[in-house]
Amino acid sequence: MAQQEEGAARQTDRSLTMSRAMVEAIAHEMRENDEVFYMGEDVADYGGIFDSTEGLLDEFGHDRIMDVPISETAYIGAAVGAAQQGMRPIAELMFVDFFGVGMDQIYNQMAKNTYMSGGNVSVPMVLTAAVGGTYNDAAQHSQTLYGTFAHLPGMKVVVPSTAYDAKGLMHNAIRDDDPVVYLFHKRLMGIGWLPAPDGPKTGVPEDDYTIPFGSADVKREGEDVTVVTLGLHVHRAMEAAESLADDGIDAEVVDLRTLVPLDMETVRESVAKTGRLVVVDEDYRSFGVTGEIVARTAEEGLGDLEAVERVAVPDVPIPYARPMEDEVIPGVEDISQAVQNAHQE
Amino acid sequence: MYEDMVTARHYEERLQEEYLEGKQPAFDISAGPIPGELHLAAGHEAAGAGVCQHLRDDDTVTAPHRPHHVAIAKGVDLKRMTAEIFGRETGLSKGKGGHMHLFDPDVNFACSGIIAEGCPPAVGAGLAAKKRNTDSVAVAYIGEGAIDQGAFLESLNLAAVRDLPVVFVVEDNDWAISMPKERVTDVEDGAQRAGGFDLPGQRVDVDDAVSIYDAAKEAVGRARDNNGPTLLEVQVHRRMGHFMGDPETYRPDEDKAAAEQRDSIERLAEDLRAHGVDDDHLDEIRDRAEDRVEEAIEWAKDQPEPDPDDAYEDVFVNPPSGVTDNEPSAEVTGGDD
Ligand SMILES: Cc1ncc(C[n+]2csc(CCOP(=O)(O)OP(=O)(O)O)c2C)c(N)n1
Repeated sequence: MAQQEEGAARQTDRSLTMSRAMVEAIAHEMRENDEVFYMGEDVADYGGIFDSTEGLLDEFGHDRIMDVPISETAYIGAAVGAAQQGMRPIAELMFVDFFGVGMDQIYNQMAKNTYMSGGNVSVPMVLTAAVGGTYNDAAQHSQTLYGTFAHLPGMKVVVPSTAYDAKGLMHNAIRDDDPVVYLFHKRLMGIGWLPAPDGPKTGVPEDDYTIPFGSADVKREGEDVTVVTLGLHVHRAMEAAESLADDGIDAEVVDLRTLVPLDMETVRESVAKTGRLVVVDEDYRSFGVTGEIVARTAEEGLGDLEAVERVAVPDVPIPYARPMEDEVIPGVEDISQAVQNAHQE
Repeated sequence: MYEDMVTARHYEERLQEEYLEGKQPAFDISAGPIPGELHLAAGHEAAGAGVCQHLRDDDTVTAPHRPHHVAIAKGVDLKRMTAEIFGRETGLSKGKGGHMHLFDPDVNFACSGIIAEGCPPAVGAGLAAKKRNTDSVAVAYIGEGAIDQGAFLESLNLAAVRDLPVVFVVEDNDWAISMPKERVTDVEDGAQRAGGFDLPGQRVDVDDAVSIYDAAKEAVGRARDNNGPTLLEVQVHRRMGHFMGDPETYRPDEDKAAAEQRDSIERLAEDLRAHGVDDDHLDEIRDRAEDRVEEAIEWAKDQPEPDPDDAYEDVFVNPPSGVTDNEPSAEVTGGDD
């Protein structure tokens, strides 16, 4: 299943920011299918606070790029209802931290209706939301919550780290017949006021292409230690891996790209090769992504494991002041240290 | 009231200057001396001063993401609030909360960055007052963009059925980020929502501090006399972008220009002059306010930044899972909890 890219080749000279790549996929799907529409707060005239809909209003107008009142329960639930009618809504939750306000519609309706109807109802919608800290916005605006959505059954969970992946995964998300939660990291979008690192801006083919869910991507090959991660931390892990290479440690970086479904095959193959696993995540440590990856690796290939390290946000809300935020969100140094620890064990 | 308003205005002007430092020429939200987002309330001052003038320290206020004018009017410690906004150790919340999450229990002030979510805790404060038979009241501030949220509507209902001493104050500045009022509600007069819950509602549709003061006097008095909740909607205006760095490309120039002309501070100064207050006296008030602001900002900037490990304090599991790195572990894991 892994590594199977459909459609256009990866190689192209045209590089886009992650937000442009996402928007390109949405526009394409909206042109192809009248039933696709987008709704959320400040998505029309503003173009999305994180540029997630920049430029779409001009082409599609207010009927298909819909600003909605601040009422997450109503409009996320309305997306569920429209999806059950066979339309293909995309609903944007501006910051993932606001999920509590509309959580019933997300996890009791969107996620469960297919199952509870015995498969008679499908909910082909996409819920997009911005995740992540790194700009000191404190505890109500800085969470990643990857694990929360992956923990509750019924939703596919997508977390792109590059423009190329963002586009292919968005095409796939809109075409998928199941509810998909598509979480984009603010720091990767390439917004004017929040500079992105170099990594996420990649070549992106003009034509449409899909990246199948459940296909992790090996972003860097290596022999010594496997680093499994996602989102912003793919780039931090890459930076750590490059600097460790000078010290003679050759790290492999696996980008999960989707949490549900989860591509354990790629993780397992990598760990079978290196024997050492480091899992890095910007979500909270307990009951989350890092624990899950370690548990599954152990369940399925305990014999391969010589060392395990986890790097995640300790179990505290994200603090506001810079020294404290830097302390809790894993940085390149933290990842390097964990890889070194795993390598030495 | 005038002093609170000029203090708030000057405070915001100074914060804006400080905030933009290090963010020029290219605006990078993660640079400069003030962390995070910053929502300024220039144009909202009358709503803070006109209502809080009737409140005591034991009355509770919950404010939303645009809190400074309300905090100042409620008497929140200006120095420690400023230190919090600068992310310093001696800030109200030791640098953990920041400008959208100011907590000053000495004057029963709190805020939240999640839209309308300050309403239920205000109802809770009203409930506590009623259960304890005190005459303190609670005021929940929200924006007109927040009046569609369940938390607000459910709070109106709960306060109404339990006759709780709560005043809901809707600050109508015509905008919710980029969404003009007509795109979020078909109802011109937000106070009409009170009717659906059988509680009194009133809209003050000029941004005039005296009118707001009068309306609030009635509403707060009603709550204090154990006659239940009121919904008060007051017209204010937004002189700036939603947050610092908002390009406001969605906003017609005329609208912005009109907002700048409707200055409730100037208006109150006119009123005061008409009532015989001379300019010297007004200047004196302004100077005093400016000195106070300056002092708070200078003090705050001198305060130390928090220690990185302070991040792990104030959670009930200590140390939290995942803390290993720069802890002096023998001491802490042997810990006191
Ligand atoms: C539940 C929730 N949804 C969305 C947001 C994002 N948001 C922050 S402020 C705002 C607009 C609020 O408008 P209004 O209530 O009118 O207050 P104003 O900013 O005009 O003072 C929005 C949508 C949020 N903080 N919480």
